[in-house]
Parts: sequence; structure tokens; C-alpha cells
Amino acid sequence: MNIDLNFIGIIIAAVMASSVPLILAATGELIVERSGVLNLGVEGMIIIGAISGFAFMMSTESIVIAIFGAMFAGIIISLIFGFLTQTLLTLHVPTGLALTIFGIGVSAMLGKNFVGLPGKEIPVFFENLDKITFIGPILFGHSIIFYFAFVFPFFVYYFLKKTKMGLIVRAVGDSHHVATDQGINVILVRYLCIMFGGAMSGLAGAYLSLVYTPQWIENMSSGRGWIALALVVFATWNPLKVLVGALLFGSISILQLHMQAAGVRIPVQFLSALPYLLTILVLVVISRDDRKIKLNTPNSLGKTFYKEN
Amino acid sequence: MGSLIKIEKRNDISNSILLFSPVLAIILTLLSGAIIFYFLGFQPLEALKIFFIMPIADLYGFSELLLKATPLCIIAIGLSFCFKTNNWNIGAEGQLIFGGIVSGGVALLFYNQEGFFILPIIILTGALGGAIFALIPAILKTYFNTNEILTSLMLVYVAKLLLDYLVVGPWTNPEGFNFPETRMFSDSARMPLLFEGLRIHAGIFIALMLVALSWFIFFKTFLGFQMKVSGLSLKTARYAGYKGKKTILLVFIISGACAGLAGVGEITGPIGQLYREISPEYGFTAIIVTFLGRLNPIGIIFASLIVALTYLGAESAQIFLQVPKSIGQIFQGLILFFLLASDFLLYFKVKFLITQKKNEY
Repeated sequence: MNIDLNFIGIIIAAVMASSVPLILAATGELIVERSGVLNLGVEGMIIIGAISGFAFMMSTESIVIAIFGAMFAGIIISLIFGFLTQTLLTLHVPTGLALTIFGIGVSAMLGKNFVGLPGKEIPVFFENLDKITFIGPILFGHSIIFYFAFVFPFFVYYFLKKTKMGLIVRAVGDSHHVATDQGINVILVRYLCIMFGGAMSGLAGAYLSLVYTPQWIENMSSGRGWIALALVVFATWNPLKVLVGALLFGSISILQLHMQAAGVRIPVQFLSALPYLLTILVLVVISRDDRKIKLNTPNSLGKTFYKEN
Repeated sequence: MGSLIKIEKRNDISNSILLFSPVLAIILTLLSGAIIFYFLGFQPLEALKIFFIMPIADLYGFSELLLKATPLCIIAIGLSFCFKTNNWNIGAEGQLIFGGIVSGGVALLFYNQEGFFILPIIILTGALGGAIFALIPAILKTYFNTNEILTSLMLVYVAKLLLDYLVVGPWTNPEGFNFPETRMFSDSARMPLLFEGLRIHAGIFIALMLVALSWFIFFKTFLGFQMKVSGLSLKTARYAGYKGKKTILLVFIISGACAGLAGVGEITGPIGQLYREISPEYGFTAIIVTFLGRLNPIGIIFASLIVALTYLGAESAQIFLQVPKSIGQIFQGLILFFLLASDFLLYFKVKFLITQKKNEY
């Protein structure tokens, strides 16, 4: 058999790269939802992260400032959502939608002068090692965000399962009234989780505009925020399964790109629709089991919390 | 408690505040608009005038406002059925596009024919197409327990790609030099124009009819009452013999049909053919209209006019201030933010405890 191992390695690396923004945004949103908050603004936060990261990169030429700038921008815009849902007790669903619409508008506005500019070179790690057959392209020659994304879900898993803070987050999400009785500041915990979600979406956006397609394109998140939201359900709120789900979606998007390139006689549009159709299919398969979903869904998810005095 | 502000839940919601919070939201949106324009380096009042007043200062502008408010109003009426019963159909954009595809396909069948029967068929098939497309998330929700927010939204992308495929592929105009568009529809397939020289068309009557119909259903029928109760408390409604699944399917069919009708209005009205962008995200913007109109048919009329103005304002700002069109989306997001925030006053009383504090100790 004459299989080009190196080629397979490159394909696997491409799959992993395309799943990075999904892993980051979905894991962030997972923490938010575990605390009982449903933030549908992921798409808006990603696109804000993308333009902020790109703008910081162009003006400072520092990848560190660009990454932290994008995360900071994600936090700032998530705080709008936090203030509305937690302090002004607004409904989570429309507030999240407003955040997405607002984020897309603001990003296009901020990005006016960046359209069409080529991105800057991003430092990668172990560049010379990626010549090694098969494992070279998979393990080496990637940006810091790439490595972070594949380690991060394990940390979040540990955080939720094994730490006291993680227990508090889960308690707040499962019953905000009981958590309050235990002396936990529910609102504060939720604010922090929302900000964390904002930072991770911001980072996901930064990966898109700095590494994945190193330039600014309007609407460049193209539905990834929504797929990330679906991934959280797919993963039944377990960070390790987010990793699996994101790789599955990554494979589909890379597969359809390669089929397009190979000139498969299926219209491009049908191939491009595959990730969205797969999302629906996956949601149906996971959700069909009513009990499994009920068992894993944070009990207070999406419910407004009002503390009686 | 050390805080000086105490928040209390209201037991009943007064009608005056119900009206007051949209007005407050609009005022706050204007204020923040002024601030945004100031930071963009414009004279705030002048810029606001260009955004909100100039586009509708003449008859043509006003007719354009009605033209854009029509689809928003139609979709929002449909969505109000969904939102009243806590069904989060956020894929109206996809249902609009699919309704447009189906009815556009019918219109293309008759491209070289005239006849009074053509337009009614197109309208009906458009509504049917939208309804069928909305049934997908509804069936998945009722029988497979699948979250309708995500499925309805994913279908928007699917509908967009399907339309894209059709207009560059099988339905492309054979005499169109490979432009991504279909043939023009025949005159019988077009909505009658109301005035010479203006683009406003008979679709506005569809909107008004739907407003009246939905008002009747909400306030004068048992179905409307059932929907209201199920939205307020599902348990109570179930106890009273309410059939959850049937209602979910019904509200999705209604909102899908409405979105499909909005699509028909666009392609047979101002557009007259199919191409890639038959809707400037009316389906998403209508969500804002639905909330701003307080899920009330009359409220939705006013809300659709106000939100339609953000489209015209954005175009005007683009021309006269060289600001990207996306400023419209910023305003739309802001309106919804402020509306939801103002609703705080609707559900809660804010008491200042400065005077009472002395008595506590």
C-alpha cells in the first residue's frame, strides 16, 4: 500500500485548525450555560473578537496585545449582555440575539478601514519539526491559540468536576435559589462566567482573523457562533465531548472544501450546507433522548434570577 | 441590606408603562446614536437628522418607508404567535427565502404568460413554502425534543445556499449573460403598484389584513386565549386541556406562512425576479419589530415603521456621511437592548431607600 502519510497528516492538521474556533467558543459558552445563563450572542462576540484582534495586530504588530485585546473586547461586549440579563433581569434569548445583531453591526463599522488588508505573520512553534512524516504537520508549526484550544477543554473539565469554584458554578446553574441559600452570590458568579464566555469567544474570533484566514472579512464568523451553541448541546454540557464534536464539524468542513477542490459533481452550495445540516442532524440524534437531555441540562438554564429580599 | 436601592416585583403591569418602555427605548437609542455620531466625528444633531428625518422628508422617501415596513410587519405578526407561546423561531429569514424560492419557481413557470390567476397562485405557494420550511424546526421540536432556536437558525444558512444554487444553476436566466439571477417575472406575476412612480405595492394590504386577522385571533377567539394562557403558564394551560404539540406546530405554520408572504412581497414587488439577496435580513430584524411592538398587532405596525427607518437611515448615512451601512444594525441592536432594559421598569418597582434607612436602625 502506498498511502501518503504526510498528506493524511496535513489533512488532520487542517481539520484540527478549523475546529479551533469552535472549541474555544463552545467551551466558553459551556461555562456560561453551566452557570444557568443562555447567551445567544456568541456569534456577535466572535466577530467582535475577530475585528479587535485584527485591529490590534495591525496597529501594534504584537500578537500578545492582539490576543489579549480580542479577549478584552469579547469581555466588554459580553458585559452588555451580563448587565442586561443579570442586573436588569432581561430575558436571555432576545438579549443574546440583540448582542449578535449589535456585534455584527459594530464589527463592520470598526472594520471599515481594514477590509482587504493582508494580515501579519503570526509566530508559530517548532516550525522546523513539521517536516517529520505524519505527526510533524499535526503536532508542530502551529500558533499558540491552536495548542491552547486542545488543552483548554481538559482544564475546564477539571475545573468543573474537581474544584470548589467549579462546584459553585454548577450549583448556581442547577438551582439559583439553593445556591443563594448557601450564601453564594449568584449574580456575581454569573457575571464572571459571562465574562469568561466573552473572553473565549473573543479568542475564537482572534484565531479566525489572525491565524485561520489572516485578514478581516465582514461576517467572517459565518455562523460558527451558532454551531458552537449547538456543540454545547451536542456535548451534553461536557467539555471533553465539545472537543469531539468540534473535530467532527472540523472534518465535515475540511471534507467539503476538499470535495469542492477535487471537483466532485455535487454543487458547491450543497457541500457548503453540510455543516449546517449536520448540526441539525446531530442535535436531533442527541436530543431525541428526552431523559438524557433533561439529566444534563443545567436546571436554571435561561431562567431569570430574581432575589427576593 | 446595605444597598440604597430596593427592587420589588410588580404584581400587575400597568398599561401606561407597557407603552412607555418602547418610547423610552427609542429616546435612549437616539441619545446613544448622537453619542456614536459624535465619536465618528460628526455634528450629532445634523447626523441624526440625516439618519432619521431626511430619508422620509419627501413623498418618495415616505413611500420607501412603507415599502420596507411591509415585510417587517408581515413577518413580525407571524413571529408574535410564536413568541407569545414561548416558541423561539428565529429562522424567519430562512422561511422568507424558502417562500421566495417556491413562489419564485412558480412565477418562473409562468414567465411568458399573463393571466389574473397567476399572482394568487404565487402568493399561496409562497405562504405554503414558508410554512413547510417552518414545520421542520416545529416537528423536530415536538417529536424529537430538539431546540428550535438552533435548528431554525441553521435552516437560514441552508435556504440561503439553496437560493444561491438555483440562481447560478438551474434557474439562471438563459439570456442573462451568466449573471446570478433568474428571468424577470411576467407582469401578471407582479404585485400591482399603488402609485405611479413609487415602488410601494399591494403587499401593504396583505400586511394590514394580517394585522386585523391576528388581532381578531388574539383577542376574540378561544385559540388566542389558549395561546395567551400557555405563554403565561404552561402548567395551567395543560390543566385546562391545552394541546401543546398541536399549538407548537400551528404557531410555526403561521409564522412560516407570514415569512413566506413577506418573501413573495419582495420578489413580486420591488425585485421582480430571484437573485442572491432577496432580503436584507428582514427575517432577523422582524424579531426586533415583534418585541418593540409588544407582541401586539397594532404595536407591530408602529414598530415596523420605526425599524424600517433604520434601513433608510443607514442608506442615507452611507451616502451623505460615508458611514458603513452597518450603522443600521447598530441602531437595531441598540433599540432591542434599550427596550429589554426599559422592561425592567415594567416588571419591577425601584424604590430608593435613602429616607427609610434611618428607620431601619
